[in-house]
Amino acid sequence: MMDRAAIALSLLAIDPAGLKGLWLRARAGPVRDMVLAAITMPLPLRRLHPTIADDALFGGLDLAATLAAGHQVRSAGLLNTPACLMLTMAERCAPGLAARLAQALDTPGHCLIALDEGEGDETLPAALAERLGLFVDLGDVVWSDAALALDHAVITAARASLPQVQVPTGAVAVLTRAAAALGIASMRAPLLALAAARAAAALRGADRVAEADLRTAAELIFGHRALPQPEAAPPQETPEPPPPDQDSANNTQQDTDIPDEILIEAARAALPPDLLAALNAGRAARAAKGASGTGGARAGNRRGRPLPSRAGRLGTGARIDLVATLRAAAPWQGVRRAQYALARAAPPTPIPSPPGGGGAPGTTAVLHGTTVAKTPPSPPVGEGWGGGDMMSAGAAVRANHLHIRPGDIRLKRYVETSDRVLIFAVDASGSAAFARLAEAKGAVELLLAAAYARRDHVALLAFRGTAAELILPPTRSLVQTKRRLAGLPGGGGTPLAHGLLLAMATAIQARARGLTPTIAVLTDGRGNIALDGSANRAQAEDDASVQARAIAASGLSAVIIDTGNRPHPSLQTLARSMAAPYVALPRADAHRLSAVLSQALQ
Amino acid sequence: MRQPFPFSAIVGQEAMKAAMVLTAIDPSIGGVLVFGDRGTGKSTAVRALAALLPEIAAVQGCPVNAASLGEVPDWAQGVGTKIVKKPTPVVDLPLGVTEDRVVGALDIERALTRGEKAFEPGLLARANRGYLYIDEVNLLEDHIVDLLLDVAQSGENVVEREGLSIRHPARFVLVGSGNPEEGELRPQLLDRFGLSVEVTSPRDVPTRVEVIMRRDAYDRDHDAFMAHWRAKDTRLRNAILKARDALTGLQTPATVLHDCAALCIAIGSDGLRGELTLLKAARAHAAFEKATTVTRAHLRAVATMALSHRMRRDPLDDAGSGARVLRAVAEILP
Repeated sequence: MMDRAAIALSLLAIDPAGLKGLWLRARAGPVRDMVLAAITMPLPLRRLHPTIADDALFGGLDLAATLAAGHQVRSAGLLNTPACLMLTMAERCAPGLAARLAQALDTPGHCLIALDEGEGDETLPAALAERLGLFVDLGDVVWSDAALALDHAVITAARASLPQVQVPTGAVAVLTRAAAALGIASMRAPLLALAAARAAAALRGADRVAEADLRTAAELIFGHRALPQPEAAPPQETPEPPPPDQDSANNTQQDTDIPDEILIEAARAALPPDLLAALNAGRAARAAKGASGTGGARAGNRRGRPLPSRAGRLGTGARIDLVATLRAAAPWQGVRRAQYALARAAPPTPIPSPPGGGGAPGTTAVLHGTTVAKTPPSPPVGEGWGGGDMMSAGAAVRANHLHIRPGDIRLKRYVETSDRVLIFAVDASGSAAFARLAEAKGAVELLLAAAYARRDHVALLAFRGTAAELILPPTRSLVQTKRRLAGLPGGGGTPLAHGLLLAMATAIQARARGLTPTIAVLTDGRGNIALDGSANRAQAEDDASVQARAIAASGLSAVIIDTGNRPHPSLQTLARSMAAPYVALPRADAHRLSAVLSQALQ
Repeated sequence: MRQPFPFSAIVGQEAMKAAMVLTAIDPSIGGVLVFGDRGTGKSTAVRALAALLPEIAAVQGCPVNAASLGEVPDWAQGVGTKIVKKPTPVVDLPLGVTEDRVVGALDIERALTRGEKAFEPGLLARANRGYLYIDEVNLLEDHIVDLLLDVAQSGENVVEREGLSIRHPARFVLVGSGNPEEGELRPQLLDRFGLSVEVTSPRDVPTRVEVIMRRDAYDRDHDAFMAHWRAKDTRLRNAILKARDALTGLQTPATVLHDCAALCIAIGSDGLRGELTLLKAARAHAAFEKATTVTRAHLRAVATMALSHRMRRDPLDDAGSGARVLRAVAEILP
């Protein structure tokens, strides 16, 4: 892995704008620090954090400096000049920030190093993973093995010779074909690979891209983008040979004579298969959650529990906590008034505007009227001064005004957790219907009784006869539930497929409202009514398994509870295609059911 | 600022390019939604469109790009008296944008430094008579979507906040792009887009190679590449201008109206916006093809992009809504 890291860092240092950046997956620690210390960029290095505000990225009105200067002063954004951006905790990057950084990467000049400390499902947002050329995983590197030496003289020379590097005509076709064979759909990958091949040639001191460079490029760029190799891979690769024939007829491959397989194998061998699978699983989980989880959590239907307010800058939708702000400012009022009176007595002197944006040393907005006053800088007297001075366009200000500085401002914070909803899909068919429905009703009521503390919602749908029916839309109301559940008829066929369809629709609707849905299917057998309502057992099972796969594909969590006297193998198969746990629970009573479901919800 | 990638140099993606040309011919079609995989040239096409569009005549310095002095809003400051040519505005709406930036707000700087109550126009004002582009539109915050829905419908931005009471025209073509894997679009917003196209990566190797070659040439040999494609872009721009003029003289037979209605009923689109958009798109397409009357062939060519996002979702149909529209077209318009 360290070799790979060394090559990746060298290539990035040679052509940061072309390769766009590096996705570095590693825990914070000495190994990562060593790798980061080895980075030498021709661009200025700037650190970002996942909650960085827009005015820091794009620049904005610098209120403090504007007040001081009396005319509009804008602070420079990090993205205004080409830079090497380093995003810490990239796995926490919100989709909004990812989209903005992605846009910045699309304009030439920037390069981004994303430090991903993700575990399990957490991973870099797809918008960024797609655009960053290189990937390095330092997960398995132990400190004693870690050694990284970059030859800066060689890199500088390579950077200078990069524009002269020639690409043989067939190389583009080879890289494109390899990407296609690896299942990489995006057109950015071959472009990045081309840039990597050029940089690799420059690193060797060559003026022409050779086979080894293409292989390096395939390893570094395609390795982590490739879809995990399916079990039956050989048949996949046999249809590949025909294209080369076509191409030799078109004379596109006259210069390089590299069989595609070499590049494909290089890319395949670049990363251990389990890492590749984990990366793809993380990607899928992110996609399944939709907008990387923040959407669901943020759209919670309550404003959330208030947290202690925190010092911060106004802007980007923050809300001021007025009482806390006043409380923070209160102890300093005496000193500030004295300083103000002193300053009024002295003649005003021009104030140099504070450099850059950021901390805004020394601004005072004076509440109580809209006037703002200007005073010369005075020596700091204590912690609370912050080099304070007041400024303005003029008017007289009485000394008994309240003096508030930017450092006093406290912002409100809330924590929001999205509510869960448990969707019961209950088989109300046949003879067992009555008992099962009674259990389900009991479990629903038990769960609802505990729901107030746990913020759970419950929905119930029953399938019987030819179709499923939503008996109880997602609710938290125990009274309403008891009334609706009072008369619930049973009997008839088992339209399992339609039950799953309705459960999925309810779950997706709930998810769109910011809830976190879980589906619990209670049944004792196979479906025998197809989606179109016909009593066709084979068709019914096909439909049910299609629906189960659809539920798995939408990333909904589910659990199948078999209430039959004997465990049913077809239900286990169904649970597998639904990616849901299977629980056999013959003669379940409401308490056991509720216990199992509470466990499934964790 | 470097010139964007030329529109005519984009390889393939014919549906996306056609949809954008149609909205350039008739902005009242109501915008384009481009949904598809990453790295298929969605953003490239929108930015290329900005360079392709003909210039508009507007009052110098007017914040809402008014066409004549009479239309300049009374709150506008620093407006000249001359009418100047300026490029069609293409305004980016970033995802994390605040409400103030979108609709406009009290000008804080003037309020603080001069104690004046003045309106600072937002992105909607700047986008008037032009394009509003939202990348990753499906990730847009809900409260911003609500603002857009209202304004996109009424063509007027009404600001009632911080003691300001202001309204100004905001007629723009909404262009959105996104990746369906990251989330769905709210149906209300979906409905505001006139046309929708799905883009996928090209499947055959020669096309993919061509994409890479052109992009590489653009990056490495910028001036020569732009010089080569500028002539084609100019030709396309002239064709758009001609088609705009031809739009008024275009005949629309009653049978075409009948076909529109029959098609929309067959696919079960809600409301009448489907018919209207279909008709407008077909007329723009006919004008672009230099036809004198709208025919069934024109309808067929634009049916998928005008209707595919107006159908009820059918989770069991793997074929996708585009294929379902095509099926309906084959049935209703033989």
